[in-house]
Amino acid sequence: MAKKISIDPITRLEGHGKIAIFLDDAGGVEDCYFQIPELRGFERFVVGRPIEELPRIVTRICGVCPASHHMASAKAVDGCFGHQIAPLALKLRDLYYHAHYIHSHIAHFYALAAPDFVCGPDSDPATRNVLGVVAKVGLEIGGAVVRARAQAQKIQQIVGGRTTHLVWCLPGGVSKGIKKEELDAIRPMVDELYDFTQFSLKLFKDVVLGNPAYVDLILNGPYTLDVQQMGLVDENNAPNFYDGKVRVVDFQGNEICKYAPEEYTQNVAEHVEPWTYLKFPYLKKRGWKGFVEGIDSSIYCATPLARLNVADRMATPAAQEAYEEMFSTLGQKPCRALLAQHWARLVEMVFDAEMLRKYRDDPEITGDAFRVVPDRITGEGVGIVEAMRGTLTHHYTCDEKGVCTSANLIVGTTNNNAAIHMVTKKVAKAMIRPGAEPTQGILNMIEMAFRAFDPCFSCATHSLPGQMPLEVRIFKAGEPHREFRRGC
Amino acid sequence: MPEKKLQIALYWGAACGGCDVAVLDTNEFVIGVGFLVDIRLWPIAADGKYRDVEAMADGELDCTLFHGAIRNSENEHLAKLLRRKSKVLVALGSCAHLGGIPGLANQVTKQEILERVYLDNPSIEAGNRVVPLPSTRVDAGELEIPRFYRRVYRLDDVVPVDYYVPGCPPAPEQVKAALQALVNGTLPPARSVIGASNRTVCDDCRRRKEEKKVTRFHRPWEILQDPDRCLMEQGILCAGSATRSGCGVRCPDSGMPCRGCYGPAPNVIDQGAKFVSAVSSIVDSKDPREIERILGDIPDILGYAYRFGLPASLLQRSIR
Amino acid sequence: MGFEPRIVGFLCNWCSYTGADLAGTARIHYAPNVRVIRVMCSARVDPTFVVKALAEGADGVLICGCHPGDCHYSEGNYKAMRRFPLLGRLLRDYGIEEDRVRLEWVSASEGKRFAEIVDDMTERVRRLGPSRVKTLLEADRVER
Repeated sequence: MAKKISIDPITRLEGHGKIAIFLDDAGGVEDCYFQIPELRGFERFVVGRPIEELPRIVTRICGVCPASHHMASAKAVDGCFGHQIAPLALKLRDLYYHAHYIHSHIAHFYALAAPDFVCGPDSDPATRNVLGVVAKVGLEIGGAVVRARAQAQKIQQIVGGRTTHLVWCLPGGVSKGIKKEELDAIRPMVDELYDFTQFSLKLFKDVVLGNPAYVDLILNGPYTLDVQQMGLVDENNAPNFYDGKVRVVDFQGNEICKYAPEEYTQNVAEHVEPWTYLKFPYLKKRGWKGFVEGIDSSIYCATPLARLNVADRMATPAAQEAYEEMFSTLGQKPCRALLAQHWARLVEMVFDAEMLRKYRDDPEITGDAFRVVPDRITGEGVGIVEAMRGTLTHHYTCDEKGVCTSANLIVGTTNNNAAIHMVTKKVAKAMIRPGAEPTQGILNMIEMAFRAFDPCFSCATHSLPGQMPLEVRIFKAGEPHREFRRGC
Repeated sequence: MPEKKLQIALYWGAACGGCDVAVLDTNEFVIGVGFLVDIRLWPIAADGKYRDVEAMADGELDCTLFHGAIRNSENEHLAKLLRRKSKVLVALGSCAHLGGIPGLANQVTKQEILERVYLDNPSIEAGNRVVPLPSTRVDAGELEIPRFYRRVYRLDDVVPVDYYVPGCPPAPEQVKAALQALVNGTLPPARSVIGASNRTVCDDCRRRKEEKKVTRFHRPWEILQDPDRCLMEQGILCAGSATRSGCGVRCPDSGMPCRGCYGPAPNVIDQGAKFVSAVSSIVDSKDPREIERILGDIPDILGYAYRFGLPASLLQRSIR
Repeated sequence: MGFEPRIVGFLCNWCSYTGADLAGTARIHYAPNVRVIRVMCSARVDPTFVVKALAEGADGVLICGCHPGDCHYSEGNYKAMRRFPLLGRLLRDYGIEEDRVRLEWVSASEGKRFAEIVDDMTERVRRLGPSRVKTLLEADRVER
């Protein structure tokens, strides 16, 4: 029996997870499993609820990216009402969403990711956290980070009424608009945030790219996967987080498919393994082939890096510049170096800040036509947005009274379940050498593999099994002999 | 001689992490507090592991803030472990306090959920018969995941709790006040609700209240509402009159009704029963058939009455 | 088999309790399964009472008040009338059968009617079998 090392729980991410590493007799890694122990059952318990309540129920799938679920849900609900929606509401939703992205990316980069780079991957675990980062970079920068994130939260609160678990979207639009005095309050914050996004890029270049060991880790380390890439893009193949079509590109840059939300079941399916509650989405037309890389693989990543990998350009100028600089430094597009996701997040923040400026300067943004009263229920809708962690799909049906009859969700991080499992194993094999007992630093470097994905396992594990059905097949001399079933 | 730092843990059961974000939303305050305490476990932000907690002496932690409901065997195990290791245990947020949104699963059976997630949905791999199991044998060894319970529990159902900070999530100002009291040693008597007032959301709501007589209930999207008038008076269901205040009335201020996340008002033992009473009391009719018609506009009364607190209701879960 | 339903009855002081008294003084034989709690008015019956009775093991709950228009406090029974539909639907959402909770109007002179209501309700609840609420909640209980 192989010796088992358990990293439990994994830390500096959202949600529950653990890593089981099995060592062979020589002390090298025989196998490694990334397991998710949590589930709650949203897809089942939203049934029977009025469909307009779903956007404010599904935010509780995740408290770090509730707006992602709120928006995807609102879009699915829009579909159930025949897409009757006030045009101003679409602008307002996009505005809110960009502010939400900034808050989340700041929190991830500085609180969850930075400790590995600023404190060091094998530094003392007691201080390898956001407080350790503040201690190292100083209170001034620490204060600037807190302030920027607070501003992003404040913008959301002003625009949508709440930050975490907003209740703002409803059939026909949103429940409040922006008053002139509210826009005046937002005005200077938007510029400060833009400056902060540039500051963050510079910090990354100084601290991470300025350290040859980190650059080596990013470009040449085991944190790479040859799998396909997925992201939401507009008609120019530029990333759009709120709307568009889902584009899938292989890791050599060839487009595999580009689908509209209603077509998602033709393109993505979910595989189940018994050792984790989280399902494994894969490209349906290629079939499930197991946890394998390669040009024919049906595994894909949906992440900030994947979003930029599938894009042909960015929609705003400063983001375009940052995007070009990133890929020219990395030397490949699509880039498979998963640690580069930290960089991709910062590029996206620039795009978010530019979009906030655009909406702030839009003279129509303070209008009061932010809602219409819908007059028909059409009964089905699929809403797809890019959650910060990946492509998020909400699919609902409802009856003629607008009561939910079914829900299916494929959540951001879930898309990456297979990729995370595979790269964790790869990194474990590379880092744990026979003969040397793995230190906490080595184990942390294995954790850095999933951390780059900014995973959100509360999101991923929205669904819930109950008593486990059991199927037992007994073979006698190779032939099926008896079969028992319980609950299936 | 510097005082020994407070030893703190922040942990989650079946949670979304929103309460952690509420802690972070105290902004510079939490950074300040961070330098006054040792955070021994906080999976979202720090690297403490379960074995570090197991190695602690009983009562070594001055305080654990626990958010999230109890959904599986791991949640229960950690709740009990942290209870032993902590002098003070705080149920942070609606899920730990009342069961929360995950508590809505108490209305359905585990078999129904199992089927929907792994066997019968539009995107599941064709012909899949595999479901996750608490224990799986693979070539290299044994893999374990927690056992799912047939229902959701509150934190209080599995361990004695010292304080409750309600809300989904609790308002950052309230989290700040609770943390401040902890650091200063000025916590109120045990088993109190902290971070909430003794009034209802309705009491604190700024909207104009005239007369509550309703002949028709509306879903929030069915009418353009008057943003300055009581929602119930406009026929839009709002749980504010049956909900404890402390949130700042953030939902009605956003233009949407309250759904009760701060839980029942003081001394109320079943929030949903009070909600049923409140809604029924504004029906403007004495004719039984007309009353039925007016109330017939309301779908999913259980979901409105117990959106955040089904496990905390007297009946706790469906008997199906 | 001999399952004897345990039904909690909330009877208003002025009409229905008096009506129940009359059933007794008139020596009418009827099922003994209702445990009577006298309240001043059917309006006093908070839905919490009903839910609590069921949670604590009652197989059924009967609420009796004055006929509409005859309430001693003039409007109290209308309040009870308005609460009942949503309460009933709420209980059905929990899986609790409709026949287990009932609202009836019984006047002070309707001893016979009270007896018939109790007999009928007892029979219906007997057919439904014991309420599973308390057993399930006890089975759910976790060792703290």
